[in-house]
Amino acid sequence: MNIIACVKQVPDTEAQIKVKADGSGIEEGQIKWVMNPYDEFGVEEALKLKEKNGGDVTIVCVGPARAMETIRTALAMGADKGVHISDPAFDNADAYVIANALAAVIKTLPHDIIFCGQRAIDDDAGQVGAMLAEALNVPQLTIVTKLEYAGSSVKVIRPIEGAQLSIETALPCVVTCQKGLNEPRYASLPGIMKAKKKPVDVKNAAAIGVATDAKAKVAKTVPPPARPPGKIVCGDEPAQKAAELGRLLREEAKAI
Amino acid sequence: MAKGVMIVAEQRDGALRKISLELASTARKLADQTGDEVSAILLGAGIEGLAAELGKFGVDKVFVGDNAALEPYVTEAHADATAKIIKDNDPAIVLFGASVQGKDLSARVAAKLATGLATDCTDVKVDGGKMVATRPMYAGKCFGEIVIEATPQIASLRPNVFPAAENAKAGAVTKVDVAVEAQKSKVLEVQKDTSGKVDLTEANVIVSGGRGMKGPDEFKILEELADVLKGTVGASRAAVDAGWRPQKDQVGQTGKVVSPNLYIACGISGAIQHLAGMSSSKCIVAINKDAEAPIFTKADYGVVDDLFKVVPELTAVCKKLVA
Ligand SMILES: Cc1cc2nc3c(=O)[nH]c(=O)nc-3n(C[C@H](O)[C@H](O)[C@H](O)COP(=O)(O)OP(=O)(O)OC[C@H]3O[C@@H](n4cnc5c(N)ncnc54)[C@H](O)[C@@H]3O)c2cc1C
Ligand SMILES: Cc1cc2nc3c(=O)[nH]c(=O)nc-3n(C[C@H](O)[C@H](O)[C@H](O)COP(=O)(O)OP(=O)(O)OC[C@H]3O[C@@H](n4cnc5c(N)ncnc54)[C@H](O)[C@@H]3O)c2cc1C
Repeated sequence: MNIIACVKQVPDTEAQIKVKADGSGIEEGQIKWVMNPYDEFGVEEALKLKEKNGGDVTIVCVGPARAMETIRTALAMGADKGVHISDPAFDNADAYVIANALAAVIKTLPHDIIFCGQRAIDDDAGQVGAMLAEALNVPQLTIVTKLEYAGSSVKVIRPIEGAQLSIETALPCVVTCQKGLNEPRYASLPGIMKAKKKPVDVKNAAAIGVATDAKAKVAKTVPPPARPPGKIVCGDEPAQKAAELGRLLREEAKAI
Repeated sequence: MAKGVMIVAEQRDGALRKISLELASTARKLADQTGDEVSAILLGAGIEGLAAELGKFGVDKVFVGDNAALEPYVTEAHADATAKIIKDNDPAIVLFGASVQGKDLSARVAAKLATGLATDCTDVKVDGGKMVATRPMYAGKCFGEIVIEATPQIASLRPNVFPAAENAKAGAVTKVDVAVEAQKSKVLEVQKDTSGKVDLTEANVIVSGGRGMKGPDEFKILEELADVLKGTVGASRAAVDAGWRPQKDQVGQTGKVVSPNLYIACGISGAIQHLAGMSSSKCIVAINKDAEAPIFTKADYGVVDDLFKVVPELTAVCKKLVA
């Protein structure tokens, strides 16, 4: 099988995010960068498919030079090779630009199934998988928690509000991964050593021939709206506190 | 020139989903600023009757695509039909719900139309003739104001954030022929959740439990409180990873993003990844025995005490209040 996993490098979930004084973005200085957690599920699922059915796993990533570390992490987990699309022209990219860049590379590679995360935890757009599927003109299965491969098709479980769908789709297709799909492995020490020698192709925007002007622009980045300071509910006994909380929720917050 | 605001309504099993009414009301507000029309796309089988309800919430005109092949929802069929109706009618702004279906569909449609999309917005306005959509980024640690430099300008709206207000308009039906090609995807089975509970993303009240609940059986006291408040029980990742609650109950950065009127966090410390999923709740209550727990920095009301003592008392109090 020819399996592709798209990975994005994102700030660690614990990272403090500070908005730049001019509102033009965030301060990147202190951030620790990691693989998007949802992409770990994609890499893991790709490796599981490969282990069961043979084939190889290619990692594709758009990002600045530092993103190479994330590609190496995926290679250390067991992926075979990588493509790193790196160009300052992608600095103000949106999901549409990223999806088209990924598609341009993936079109040149044999591909039976393509994994993305269901969303990247920094921009939280949750768009790239579907946009990539459109650019490749293949079906998409988004927010998947279970996958079974059956030769020329896959069967997946997709949770929606108040129900679970079981869907079958012909390959090739794009699958976006949700927590629950699997337990991503850690890179082993030998894996890390081997990863250093695995091939990673670095390409710029011109080499893949895609437009880099974003359709969606962040006009301004602002801190979250301030919440008024909360109240600690007083009382000597749990029963008194509960009664006072009930009263506040009813009379002040009008929440019950 | 592109003109007007179009919504992509969502229905399931022949009933409009609440988000559709939230979209209609929001579109009405935007369109009234410029004196434009609100239209809606409604796809499915045997659903024409739902147009009237969209009218009640401010929609002037409903494009109904009625075809058995559109039911149940399959992405590519809906995306083709939706993109075609948008192209044929050239709206300036298109709004989707940021529901599971809306997110799946909106990104595919935006790509088909080669335009941009602002996902999961908590505010939209029109400023100088252009849509400005505000959305949380970095798990709500900052917000971005997004503008779309292409037509149409598309945004998806976070469920439960925008009010649905009645504002009766015609809701006139225009039938559209929707040709559906053979689909590569097929829904084999729809397994419905039989608990009778509203999904967390649509719930008005959520009572969530974390590691402080000590075990799966102890969640019963949260179920009882939720029942009284007609709410749904949620959980922290610690509770889900311990196997006490199913994955679908997880709130947070790797779970669901929720915006209820009332969020009651019990035995949850308030890790940044948990806050990411619930900080757009309107009223937040924290019950935790540790006065230093970070959840108290987000809470409107905090109770510092043993949850096993407070929650049953609170259930009794609420029972009386809602009676
Ligand atoms: C103000 C601003 C400045 C930005 N500056 C930069 C920048 O300097 N450099 C930069 O690279 N990006 C930058 N971006 C991010 C870029 O715009 C996003 O990658 C794009 O918007 C996609 O949205 P998302 O990351 O939320 O993807 P989602 O749609 O949420 O991602 C879903 C999945 O798609 C895949 N995916 C997403 N992005 C990539 C990627 N880059 N490579 C491989 N797979 C991917 C992953 O599998 C991911 O899990 C910036 C964004 C903003 C808002
Ligand atoms: C990549 C990543 C993604 C993550 N995504 C999520 C996510 O989506 N959602 C999520 O929730 N977490 C997520 N986490 C995990 C998060 O970091 C925390 O570990 C988790 O939220 C902790 O859950 P908790 O608050 O239930 O447990 P704890 O942090 O252990 O807190 C338990 C709390 O219960 C209180 N308590 C104990 N007994 C009682 C009692 N009798 N009465 C009152 N209070 C009591 C304690 O004082 C304590 O504050 C993620 C982590 C990572 C690294």
